[in-house]
Amino acid sequence: MAETTLSHVPPQMRPSGLRGVAADWSSDQRAFKNVSWGKAMMWVFLLSDTFVFGCFLIAYMTARMSTVEPWPNASEVFALHLFGRDLPLILIAIMTFVLISSSGTMAMAVNFAYRRDRKRTAILMLLTAVLGATFVGMQAFEWSKLIMEGVRPWGNPWGAAQFGSAFFMITGFHGTHVTIGVIFLLIVARKVARGDYDTDARGFFTSRRGNYESVEIMGLYWHFVDLVWVFIFAFFYLW
Amino acid sequence: MVEFTPRTTDAIPPAEVPDVELYHPHSWWTTYVFSQDAKVIAIQYSSTAMAIGLVALVLSWLMRLQLAFPGTFDFITPEAYYQFVTMHGMIMVVYLLTALFLGGFGNYLIPLMVGARDMAFPYLNMLSYWIYLAAVLVLVASFFAPGGPTGAGWTLYPPQAILGGTPGGQQAGILIMLFSLILFIIGFTMGGLNYVVTVLQGRARGMTLMRMPLTVWGIFTATVMALLAFPALFVAAVMMLFDRLLGTSFFMPALVEMGEQLSYGGGSPILFQHLFWFFGHPEVYIVALPAFGIVSDLISTHARKNIFGYRMMVWAIVAIGALSFIVWAHHMYVSGMHPYFGFFFATTTLIIAVPTAIKVYNWVLTLWRGDIHLTIPMLFALAFIVTFVNGGLTGLFLGNVVVDVPLSDTMFVVAHFHMVMGVAPILVIFGAIYHWYPKITGRMLNEVMGHFHFWVTFIGAYLIFFPMHYVGLVGVPRRYPELGETAFIPESVHTLNEFITIAALVVGFAQLVFLFNLFWSLKNGREAGGNPWRATTLEWQTPTTPPPHGNWGDRLPVVYRWAYDYSVPGAPQDFIAQNDPWPNKPVVHR
Ligand code: HEM
Ligand SMILES: [Cu+2]
Repeated sequence: MAETTLSHVPPQMRPSGLRGVAADWSSDQRAFKNVSWGKAMMWVFLLSDTFVFGCFLIAYMTARMSTVEPWPNASEVFALHLFGRDLPLILIAIMTFVLISSSGTMAMAVNFAYRRDRKRTAILMLLTAVLGATFVGMQAFEWSKLIMEGVRPWGNPWGAAQFGSAFFMITGFHGTHVTIGVIFLLIVARKVARGDYDTDARGFFTSRRGNYESVEIMGLYWHFVDLVWVFIFAFFYLW
Repeated sequence: MVEFTPRTTDAIPPAEVPDVELYHPHSWWTTYVFSQDAKVIAIQYSSTAMAIGLVALVLSWLMRLQLAFPGTFDFITPEAYYQFVTMHGMIMVVYLLTALFLGGFGNYLIPLMVGARDMAFPYLNMLSYWIYLAAVLVLVASFFAPGGPTGAGWTLYPPQAILGGTPGGQQAGILIMLFSLILFIIGFTMGGLNYVVTVLQGRARGMTLMRMPLTVWGIFTATVMALLAFPALFVAAVMMLFDRLLGTSFFMPALVEMGEQLSYGGGSPILFQHLFWFFGHPEVYIVALPAFGIVSDLISTHARKNIFGYRMMVWAIVAIGALSFIVWAHHMYVSGMHPYFGFFFATTTLIIAVPTAIKVYNWVLTLWRGDIHLTIPMLFALAFIVTFVNGGLTGLFLGNVVVDVPLSDTMFVVAHFHMVMGVAPILVIFGAIYHWYPKITGRMLNEVMGHFHFWVTFIGAYLIFFPMHYVGLVGVPRRYPELGETAFIPESVHTLNEFITIAALVVGFAQLVFLFNLFWSLKNGREAGGNPWRATTLEWQTPTTPPPHGNWGDRLPVVYRWAYDYSVPGAPQDFIAQNDPWPNKPVVHR
């Protein structure tokens, strides 16, 4: 018989470290103790989404390395003409700053959510959403600037056509993630503000009761989108 | 004989989460159509998959007819043949097998087998099905689109896939295919999250991972793989859509078509192949692992013996799943690659044979001196083992670069993959349906029709695909609608082609008997009772059959043992259900 003894010990007495992991995985009911279904789902989804972004980025690198035409120079292409001179990467620096800050406000929102501080949680989530929307807005500005300079998905004035293709595809896909995030931030913020998580109100679609953990799950997604941006930033703008 | 000492104390763990509250449907629509019950969703998934699978079956008849009697059927032009090949392959692999194993069996069996009330996210689960249905409908639409469906081959290799010379390349066909695939992936992801989270976080009290039936292990591992492999197909589909719609050149090199320079340039068709096969090879195991799992349970139950080497079986499943992510380029030997690369991929490919062989040995050792009941599920399970070994052996040929290069793109390859990922998993699906139909409907499938179906399908499949190995070895290429007057092709090939076609038609019609049986037995089948096979796993222990919404009535099951306690010496029956505390007294648990 494949025996696995079930030893049920109170959480504070559970073995720690690797032994704890082994104990959890060989236990019944849950492999990750104290992880709710919602959070587990978000982690698994993010793992899958990592593979999506990973494939996009690897495809981009392959295209860039195998093309025979010169690749446009990032510090020139992404420069803004401000105060009478070209500032390389200035817009993208601001965008990155905005997005990273939004991760900060998100983390604070999660913190207040667990204290059931409805007002501050909602405000911080709104702030996060505004920062996210600002990011998307600036991205729209960047896109229009490049488009006006003649960059198209199928070609550009400076070299390999794949530059525009990969740029629009990957930043677009990331921007879509941010936009979806903003929408969900607004939805969750509304629920927090309305007190749905205190009154055990049921979700409109799922008819399940929510709780403040939704804020944290939302946060996981948001930090992930930020993290992905760091990679896009490094591979697109700094390489 | 091993001395068996039952343990007298077995701690019953406390429940870690309160019992979940289910969505209670208010109307007929939310009960049977927009249902959030995994069992209903499973039936919806399975019926849709089988319906679209029938289309693929008919397409295979048309192809076979053309191959056997070239020139007889006016409507099967070379273009039409390519379209049939493409749609047949894609439907069989993605829309039938993947959907049926994961969406169908996954939904039905996971919650029941791990002792859960339902999937973790029933609403998402429901969406998953409806998006899958949309993907299927979009796919079907391509048959009616101007220019018809795409004829690019199920591998959809660019550049030809989006050029005018390929059917549907410059028309709607390829667009619809890519769009449908993207939908499928989105829908699958929603379901996949459910299956993974339910197995990891939603098991019953006492149900450890190492007590799960191998069916659940197979489906679970396949789902994890699918969640990591489909992203590559998703990305490839998006990029190809852009190449076709926006004129980007991700996959398109500089080309001259009809003496005219196209605007594409600088892209890499090989990049697509890498992305496609990073999905495509794991996909083979996404349909194989659930089959492995199910077959283990069928064999153990119908041979009244515990599965041999349970732990090894689990680790073999996991090892195969992991290894299958580093072998993909064995599909690209003829695309040209650095010899060291070929060496690497040939080696990893052959290494997979080790865990796979372990599984085969363990199945055989489970049967060894077992009390084998030749029920219909068992017959299909035995047929699977033989067929899988057969297909696996030709896989060893093809995994070696030097052997593969001359055999690549011949009918030998077609014979190989039909054996290993066509016939073998389909046999398991049939066996599984005969096995679980009584639980789903409360009635047994008719045995006479079942035997007829089994023998015709099993023998027929060999009559179809065995000669195909020879045809391939002589050098007949795949994806050729017609051989014409070719010196190196002997007369015997033409005779064989006619023979194969007749066999294929017969096998095809035998499936109609099976379909008829499915409907006929709904009303006329023998009453099955709750546990007709006297099986140990939890789904057979539900309070009522078919299981109600929520599966378990008011008390969730508590699990005391693994899934394979058959013929335990000293036990009152020749099986001990997983929720049977024997030799302890049953305790009433809250
Ligand atoms: C009655 C059973 C079947 C018959 C008679 C049949 C017949 C065929 C034929 C004649 C071809 C085309 C060969 C060529 O010209 O290249 C083909 C291709 C293919 N079949 Fe089947 N098939 C059957 C079942 C299946 C199943 C169950 C699968 C599931 C994996 C499957 C997957 C494929 C694939 C992936 C291709 C390759 C398509 C391509 O080349 O793009 N077939 N089949
Ligand atoms: Cu492969």
